[in-house]
Amino acid sequence: MEARESFDEQLDDLKGKFLELADHARLAVDRSITALNHQDIDVALKVLDDDDQINQLEEEINEMATWLIAKEQPLASDLRKLITTIKLATDLERIGDLAVNIAKSVIRIGEKPFDIPVQDIPKMVTMAREMIDQVLEAYNEEDIRKAKQVAETDDHVDQLYGKLIKELLEYMSNHPSTITQITQLAFICRYIERIADHTTNISEGVIYLVKGKRFDLNQ
Amino acid sequence: MNVLKQSQLKAVPQKMKAEEMIYEIENFSLWYGETEALHEINMTIPTNRVTAIIGPSGCGKSTFIKALNRMVEMVPSVHMEGNIVYNSTNIFDPSYRVEELRTNVGMVFQKPNPFPKSIYENVAYGPKIHGIKKKKHLDAIVEKSLRGAALWDEVKDRLQDNAFGLSGGQQQRLCIARCLAIEPDVILMDEPTSALDPIATLKVEELVQQLKEEYTIVIVTHNMQQAARISDKTAFFLNGELIEHEDTSMLFSNPKDKRTEDYITGRFG
Repeated sequence: MEARESFDEQLDDLKGKFLELADHARLAVDRSITALNHQDIDVALKVLDDDDQINQLEEEINEMATWLIAKEQPLASDLRKLITTIKLATDLERIGDLAVNIAKSVIRIGEKPFDIPVQDIPKMVTMAREMIDQVLEAYNEEDIRKAKQVAETDDHVDQLYGKLIKELLEYMSNHPSTITQITQLAFICRYIERIADHTTNISEGVIYLVKGKRFDLNQ
Repeated sequence: MNVLKQSQLKAVPQKMKAEEMIYEIENFSLWYGETEALHEINMTIPTNRVTAIIGPSGCGKSTFIKALNRMVEMVPSVHMEGNIVYNSTNIFDPSYRVEELRTNVGMVFQKPNPFPKSIYENVAYGPKIHGIKKKKHLDAIVEKSLRGAALWDEVKDRLQDNAFGLSGGQQQRLCIARCLAIEPDVILMDEPTSALDPIATLKVEELVQQLKEEYTIVIVTHNMQQAARISDKTAFFLNGELIEHEDTSMLFSNPKDKRTEDYITGRFG
């Protein structure tokens, strides 16, 4: 019998649970974007409904990891794996919350058509969404190269965010009647930018997991 | 500003201390008959620090610490190569008396082994052999040593009781007190808590933390968490070789060698 077989199995279970949480967070982001693109209130409400499940999964992960730390007294890469999973689960949960925020803004904007064409928002969304896919691949395969690419994409998201906010504010000052809607759109941009930041945190976590060294990629 | 200056002042001597090495082991190998138990060990042991030695059974860790006070030579078929320099003196130098070495380098064993005497006599025994006769002086040494071993308060009213009446944990601390009574520089501990319950273990660990202010401690342990809790440096031995010797926090969180990682995460072999 191999040493620590059951511990390895439980680490796999934890990883499975983490990926399940990741799927839910990813779905929440997807839905919030669909809701935004189609101004679909029903889909937005679904994001709100499913958030409980995300929170619960995060809690389960934290409990599993805490119990494993207590009973297995892990060291080295095992310890890093558990600590990182707890931390990254928080980032995923926050991504879920930000999807909820986007959905709420969509609900606030309602069915009134957008006052300005905002092609750059979907562009930013696509980037953030790809970052999530990439970081989860990096986590699953413990691939540092992919994790670092995520951080590079984040720089582009940040640039785009700066540009978008400037455009929205300009438009708003020239068309004061649009303040309510434009403010919500600016919030949405901010939420997407934050999703990208949390994704970057996850990529840092993946690097720490593999290398045992900390990198600040969120600069 | 003042705070900064103070912390700087504090930091400097500590740093200097950390660089002071009480032991320098150079290319040290040891055989029991034909079997090589230690292979070309190169290692330094810092003064006033706790160094933990870890590794699977039979890796040479006990042999290693028993070489540090030449106790290993009690095994008849032993022969050795290389140097062990203690405080700038090669311990194998014929002019260096082994008794002097063992006075400076005390040892605590896995099982508490008090003498079949009173608590008082156990501690006073060493100083008596070293020629201290005055009762007042011996009393002072006994009290100081028992206090040093965090045992005084528990035994001060029954110093004349037989040491065997103490609990295992108390007996082990008595052995530490016995060791302190001859005022060594170094205390070698060979799995000192493996026969103790968790509370007694924590007391000994706490004691080790206090003792390092005045002594250098080298401790062999099978308990990784213990090594992580109490040591500053950790050395991992495997099959008679020193695989990795690092700051403890580094070794247990991010070991450099795959064999260290496999051992400390329990995935050995």
